[in-house]
Amino acid sequence: MNFVYERFLGGKSGAIALGILALLILVVLPLALDLFRLNLVGKYLTYAFAAVSLVLLWGYGGILSLGQGIFFGLGGYAMAMFLKLEASDPESTSIQTTPGIPDFMDWNQLTELPWFWVPFESFTFTLLAILLVPSIFAFIIGYSMFKRRVGGVYFAIITQVIAVILTVLIVGQQGFTGGINGITDLRTLNGWDIRDDSSKYILYFINAILLLGVIMVSKFILTSKLGQLLLAMKDKEDRVRFSGYDVSNFKIFVFCVSAVIAAIGGAMFTLQVGFMSPSFVGIVPSIEMVIFAAVGGRMSLVGVVYGTLLVNYGKTAFSETFPELWLFLMGGLFIAVVMFFPNGLAGIYNKYAPKVKFLKPLFDKPVQSEKKSATKIESEATTEGAK
Amino acid sequence: MTTTTDFLLAIEDLTVSFDGFKAVDSLTMYIDKNELRVVIGPNGAGKTTLLDLICGKTKSSSGSISFKNKQMTKMAEHEIVRAGIGRKFQTPSIYENLTVYQNLEVSYPEGRGVFGSLFFKTTDEVIKRVNEVAKEIQLENFLDTEAAILSHGQKQWLEIGMLLMQDPELLMLDEPVAGMSAKERDETAELLNRICQNRSVIVIEHDMEFVKKIARKVTVLHQGKILAEGTMDNVQADEKVIEVYLGH
Repeated sequence: MNFVYERFLGGKSGAIALGILALLILVVLPLALDLFRLNLVGKYLTYAFAAVSLVLLWGYGGILSLGQGIFFGLGGYAMAMFLKLEASDPESTSIQTTPGIPDFMDWNQLTELPWFWVPFESFTFTLLAILLVPSIFAFIIGYSMFKRRVGGVYFAIITQVIAVILTVLIVGQQGFTGGINGITDLRTLNGWDIRDDSSKYILYFINAILLLGVIMVSKFILTSKLGQLLLAMKDKEDRVRFSGYDVSNFKIFVFCVSAVIAAIGGAMFTLQVGFMSPSFVGIVPSIEMVIFAAVGGRMSLVGVVYGTLLVNYGKTAFSETFPELWLFLMGGLFIAVVMFFPNGLAGIYNKYAPKVKFLKPLFDKPVQSEKKSATKIESEATTEGAK
Repeated sequence: MTTTTDFLLAIEDLTVSFDGFKAVDSLTMYIDKNELRVVIGPNGAGKTTLLDLICGKTKSSSGSISFKNKQMTKMAEHEIVRAGIGRKFQTPSIYENLTVYQNLEVSYPEGRGVFGSLFFKTTDEVIKRVNEVAKEIQLENFLDTEAAILSHGQKQWLEIGMLLMQDPELLMLDEPVAGMSAKERDETAELLNRICQNRSVIVIEHDMEFVKKIARKVTVLHQGKILAEGTMDNVQADEKVIEVYLGH
């Protein structure tokens, strides 16, 4: 139990922070909001997966990816392909020239289901694809770049370019992908209608629980030696390399993990929103994800969830009243955060909250490791004494 | 061409050329087991490049570097480290955001793969080793201090400590006392004399007072070639050496 407490929850302050988040998204929000608003929050929480993935990759690994939309999109499209095939059974598509294939294929004169669509008739395959396709893709990108020691701003630009290429590909290959409109009109998951009210509630909770699970797994990674190595690499990559570590392998690993996390978010997005389109793959959504992470605090797994919710709430509120101003506001917000609060909301909280009296008990002793290794030395001393 | 030797490190006919400029030129040099060797030479003599070549940071143009009769020239940096060669950089190269304890723990030579590090457990053995090394480098009271706020000298020691964690058979130090106070220099000299007991050490140094304190055998480099080799007294008396280096 102690192992779970320390490694998956992150000790006292980590467990409390996660508990508060769980309370908010599992109890408070579902009770306080109507279904429409809750569904909106559910959509934002799918973006939070991408923000969490950036904590691992960018916050700890120091690798800025401006292409997390790629993986969010791959996960989302994989799920959408399965749902679309289920919605395109021969009866409901009987007015098409070729019944039984998705409607957009029929409009584009396709007479046969393309080969790469066929396996998506299986739900098991689809679930595996949501996890494996993004990680294999990330492995290929990561392997070819990190082994050649491409990093920093070059990596950011290349991921951005890949996001653009993927968008262009999806838009251009209308018959295979649904083009600019994306894959729409999704109805059921293994016969279960995902559009009615009760399933929207269920999907919201599945999504929220998955998010909490992903945060815990990420916590486990970051509290391991690997997490410390990521921080070390961010600071002095050469020192890590000349301490006997193959730096590129660690980067590839964290890039793959971040891809899978973003993809889970994408798949949940498709389920809750009911469609997937290239506008969630390209540059703009990818950069928005970075902004969510920056505002929430890129070193905080829980902080970025609040960052995502807050920025999206702002986006919805402002874009209704000042649609043109919103983009400038968001850009300004990003610059302000990076310049004045490099650790975002979580940084502000960690700095000021311990000074507020009634919040004090929520925190561990100021320096967490002090207690830890002090007891280690003590136990050292006693074992020495015993000898 | 590689000969089998009793030496720990045998560098033979090593050359590296950057766009025609030979930073290290047909250099041959042998390091014994448990030897402490000091390499001196004027700026641009190729001292740091020599260390870069041995640890794999720079790839050689030709020649051989054999460590325990194993070729190092084609190996990746982390493989060379795992073979038993540790290198300290000229400027203190430590993880500023981690504590002294974490800096040492992260350097412990286990859990070096991705999954090994993910499931690495801090055993009593690791804790014991960290405390031993911390005592050796006089940082045992700073274990929980963030490395960024250590003094310059302490940072240099910490990096030496990080190498000691790996217990390398060959330790290479690039100007370990640069920027240190006189007292810190003395302490570093003592530290080096202690840690070279059961391993070979190559030290690059400019500070002659310091060199005298630690050196048994000195190699003088000049323009990528060995100018002289021998005890400190012999080298200091060598006319060529006086001319290029010690004379001014």
